[in-house]
Amino acid sequence: MMDAETQEIFRQEAEALMEALQEGLLVLKETPDDLEVVAGVFRALHTIKGTGAMFGFSRLASFVHNFEAAFEAVRSGKSVVTPELINVALTAYDLIAELLEGGEPDPAKDEELTAALAAATSGEAPAPAAAPTASEVPAAPAEIKEWDLQFRLPPDFMEIGGNPIAMLDELREVGGETTIVRPLTDRLPSIAQMDTKVIYTGWQVILPGAIKENAIRDVFMFHEDQMELSIEPVHAAPAAPVAEPEPAAAPLAEAAAAPAEPAATAKDAPKAAKAAPAAVAQLRVAADRVDLIMDRVGELVIAEARLAAIANQLENEALLGVVEDIQRLALGLRDSTMALRMTPLSSIMGRFRRLSHDLAETTGKTFDFIVEGEETELDKTVVEKLTDPLVHMIRNSVDHGLEGPEDRAASGKPERGLVKLSARHAGAEVVIEIIDDGRGMNEEAIRKRAIERGLLTEDSDVPRSEVLKMVLEPGFSTAAAVTALSGRGVGADVVKQAIEALNGTIEITSEPGEGTVFTLRLPLTLAIIEGLLIGVGKERYALPLLSVEQILELPEELAGGTSATDVIELNNELVPVLRLRQVFNRDASASTHQKIVIVGANDTRVGLVVDEIIGTNQTVIKQLSPLHSRLKIFSGATILGDGCVALILDVIHLVSLGQEIEQRLKGTAA
Amino acid sequence: MSKEILIVDDSPSVRRMVSMTLQQAGYAVTEAVDGAKGLEAAKAHRYAMVITDQNMPNMTGLEFIQAYRADPSSSGVPIIFLSTESEGGLKEAARAAGALGWMVKPFEQEQLLAVVKKVAG
Repeated sequence: MMDAETQEIFRQEAEALMEALQEGLLVLKETPDDLEVVAGVFRALHTIKGTGAMFGFSRLASFVHNFEAAFEAVRSGKSVVTPELINVALTAYDLIAELLEGGEPDPAKDEELTAALAAATSGEAPAPAAAPTASEVPAAPAEIKEWDLQFRLPPDFMEIGGNPIAMLDELREVGGETTIVRPLTDRLPSIAQMDTKVIYTGWQVILPGAIKENAIRDVFMFHEDQMELSIEPVHAAPAAPVAEPEPAAAPLAEAAAAPAEPAATAKDAPKAAKAAPAAVAQLRVAADRVDLIMDRVGELVIAEARLAAIANQLENEALLGVVEDIQRLALGLRDSTMALRMTPLSSIMGRFRRLSHDLAETTGKTFDFIVEGEETELDKTVVEKLTDPLVHMIRNSVDHGLEGPEDRAASGKPERGLVKLSARHAGAEVVIEIIDDGRGMNEEAIRKRAIERGLLTEDSDVPRSEVLKMVLEPGFSTAAAVTALSGRGVGADVVKQAIEALNGTIEITSEPGEGTVFTLRLPLTLAIIEGLLIGVGKERYALPLLSVEQILELPEELAGGTSATDVIELNNELVPVLRLRQVFNRDASASTHQKIVIVGANDTRVGLVVDEIIGTNQTVIKQLSPLHSRLKIFSGATILGDGCVALILDVIHLVSLGQEIEQRLKGTAA
Repeated sequence: MSKEILIVDDSPSVRRMVSMTLQQAGYAVTEAVDGAKGLEAAKAHRYAMVITDQNMPNMTGLEFIQAYRADPSSSGVPIIFLSTESEGGLKEAARAAGALGWMVKPFEQEQLLAVVKKVAG
């Protein structure tokens, strides 16, 4: 079972999806032919199924799988939306809601509704998909995934020389590095009533399931009778209806280690969620409030810059002093506001670990799942939007990338496969890689499929890297079988859409027999960035400072050039150069002190010839209007201290322009 | 400064084993031959931890713990209770009297060291 916070995140997510689902169903009641709404309903169901399975709501996932099948029939045109279907669907919705809340409705209901859904979409409705989880999960006693330990030390513990910190350290030692310790502070009296020798805090400790219960009890040996202690096993998979062998330990009244029961996981959920508010000393704030602060900080930074400009003109010392203070405060405020939005990737890693566990069970493949750089921080919205694509890609790596143990052995690989998720900052970007050491992608098969699907033509001459990317196109799915986890080809396009929506890029590299690497590059799309302000003619433009690598004087041999493009040699490397004056058609005469700004992205660089380096500034990014957003060379606009607007150059686009120049030059040279 | 530990035991061999083991590990050890002497020592000086045997002449370990805990200076000083009897009753009594933990004799040096490290740091 995951920790209470993760549970809470799932719950919120599910709530939003359920809302969308219900709304979609109600809209379909009025306009049954709206295929977009059908697709929306289908997608909501699909996500509920996927996350549900990941969070141990197996009954829910299995039921939603059948629910989804009904809408798949509608989506594919095999059936139509009827009032009857909507009615059944709404009842099914209620059942899901109940399951999500941890209720245990009569299992017969699932079957009844599944049959009703199938009947409502019959005609030639497919037989309801076999309940996936039941058949795929081996009916073995559930493995203990974690121990959820809660304890309150005896009141006299400090008095008799006990050291709670040493005890927690010992638990951490027993549990290893994945141990999670949380204080339970619900019994804290007011300070006036506190006795300094009494421990009012309790602790919740999540320990890996591999540990023997006795090893945990040993830590509390001698105090068990005097303290409150509960050690609950949390089961990974839905337990089969087989009584689980009780761990060989003296059972305690407080710690009735419950034998597994079918709904164990679902039942645990509300319990954990209830414990959460006490355990987490955090403030949950609606994201839009933070956005509002961010907006205002942005405005403040602009106003501050204007004030600074005026103070400089007036040359008033007293005023300049105040301006400096305001500047410092505004920057501090900006940084702390941004920090509010930054979330480490680790906040979503729990799901991926769980996912990899489930994947191992359902696919029968053995592999190590390694995470690197989970401390990498990203804007919260980015992290949230990354979850689904990453889930899909990890599934994909396991489902399609990794071979089964026999195949691996046959090709001389270690039996255990490897799936690695790594994240790191690189300049103004975050690079996330999903790496597997599986069979690699088959370019020919993908090409063939893409041609079948009309994504490519027979004679198109597309480089390997582009062919591989075809797997991300909507409707492209080479998996013949529909599994509970991988689903029906929804998702691949979700990956692409989500990454593009974040202004990111996906690269795929793959070597047959050696594995595949998906590389996501995401800009740190934050509302404010450090910018480098440059002048071209009379216009000013901003560049993200993080992508600026060097600034050089323009070499004489390039000074007279008038073409928009050129190349220079830099550290034994040819770097394409763009003359921004020509690119933007500025006709004012060139400055005599032109500079080259070298910017880099995706490990490639491009030089920009500019007239003037004005300096750094706090660039508050404003989105371009839809009308202008097609100008790929600009990623946004910002307002300068004097109230003028400067456009922000899109470095990724500039670099790709540079690459085109290079290709062209190479072409003419050959 | 090495941490000081008081061992209260009438058996010279046990005292010696405890002393040697702990001194090798860098602790300073004070020995007391029975409960009364132990009480005297414990009240006179605050030790990082006290180890006491149960079966001793004059004053049993349990009585020693009760007497020591009656003194406010004992607050926060951990006591480990040694006993050859492993039955629950005595253990519980020691715990109720204010012992932090217990060990059953005979024990290995490693066991002792592990307990002392855990309790005294």
